[in-house]
Amino acid sequence: MTTDIQNLKSFDPFAEAEDSVGDQKTASQNYIHIRIQQRNGRKTLTTVQGLPKKFDQKKILKVIKKKFACNGTVVTDTEMGEVIQLQGDQRKDVQEFLTDKKEGLGLDAKTIKVHGF
Amino acid sequence: MAEAAERKPRKSVQFEDSTIIVDSDGQVTEGGAMNGEKDSAASHATGDDKEVEEMTDMFAGLAKKKKKKPKAEGEDAEDVLSGLKKKKKSKKPKAETDDFDAQLAAVAGEAEEKEAPAEEEVEEGDMFKGTGVWQHDSTTVIPYNMLLNRFFTLLHSQHPDLASSGSKSYKIPPPQCLREGNKKTIFANISEICKRMKRTDEHVTQFLFAELGTSGSVDGSKRLVIKGRFQQKQIENVLRRYIVEYVTCKTCRSPDSELTKGENRLSFVTCNSCGSRRSVSAIKTGFSAQVGKRRRMQK
Ligand SMILES: [Zn+2]
Repeated sequence: MTTDIQNLKSFDPFAEAEDSVGDQKTASQNYIHIRIQQRNGRKTLTTVQGLPKKFDQKKILKVIKKKFACNGTVVTDTEMGEVIQLQGDQRKDVQEFLTDKKEGLGLDAKTIKVHGF
Repeated sequence: MAEAAERKPRKSVQFEDSTIIVDSDGQVTEGGAMNGEKDSAASHATGDDKEVEEMTDMFAGLAKKKKKKPKAEGEDAEDVLSGLKKKKKSKKPKAETDDFDAQLAAVAGEAEEKEAPAEEEVEEGDMFKGTGVWQHDSTTVIPYNMLLNRFFTLLHSQHPDLASSGSKSYKIPPPQCLREGNKKTIFANISEICKRMKRTDEHVTQFLFAELGTSGSVDGSKRLVIKGRFQQKQIENVLRRYIVEYVTCKTCRSPDSELTKGENRLSFVTCNSCGSRRSVSAIKTGFSAQVGKRRRMQK
């Protein structure tokens, strides 16, 4: 007997198809959003939302903090799930880190959306 | 003539550099701007590869930013902020044809000789004043070349806007940003820009707020007050992204389109020039960190 129960698989055979068809809801949830927000004065804040669940956000944060020499936290949002918050404008760095195959996560650049000015 | 034949519809998204607005009905008073239009209309013949480049650039979300060049005259109005065009390249085809023409002339000198005097013979008179061959009651047969030439000359001088845009070139006045106090930015001409894009102020506002991760309000004279300090360039960048996402047609790249709400909360952008329709996602604010006082209030 195989214990291969389809329902227990985390792999979704329709994921990509849905994505390309343009089911906006699922598609946008698969995106990783990198945003920037202004704080007081010249200070800014970078948020990274929607990182794949298979990654440990805390560990990623630790690496990022060290790498880009900035502070940050993991915030758990009721709607958006875990979000990484970083001090300063780290959008470029984070994007590079996420897509870098050697030293980063090696994610597909298409899944990342950078917002802001 | 060669120019006329080469001219291709030009569709581009661009912000004007000067404060003078070139209206779609051709209301330009500044002479310099008009010349700029004319010059670039001739040099805007787009090669195929360039068009593709342009497209990919647009799809890439306009990541590239082109620095404003120090103004050269005439280029002023044409300085394309979006970096979609490369001026130098577009001039090349013309030079080539010139070269080609020269070669042709050298090889088929005889034919040239026959034609040239014939043309010079009739090339008299001022087409603006209507003298010589252009006289109203003149009976001389005017060759097609000259007629066509006249058409374009008059079109350029009288309606430069029509001429420069086989299809309307898409111009948006630059966003006017004022600072209010230390923490707010006023986006003064949002309604004008929205009108040009045929989008509601609300939709654009929503997008701006979502992208900038901020909020704001509309004041009495329909200006948008945005919380936070933003420069004109930054607003422009966001607007450009809005245009790519919600205005331009992905099929023919025309910015002349309509945004309609379809059934079950889907929105569609319908192109007015080619009729293609594409769905666009609703604007999502996404996660927004709590900044400032409210963070303390939550605890
Ligand atoms: Zn179209």
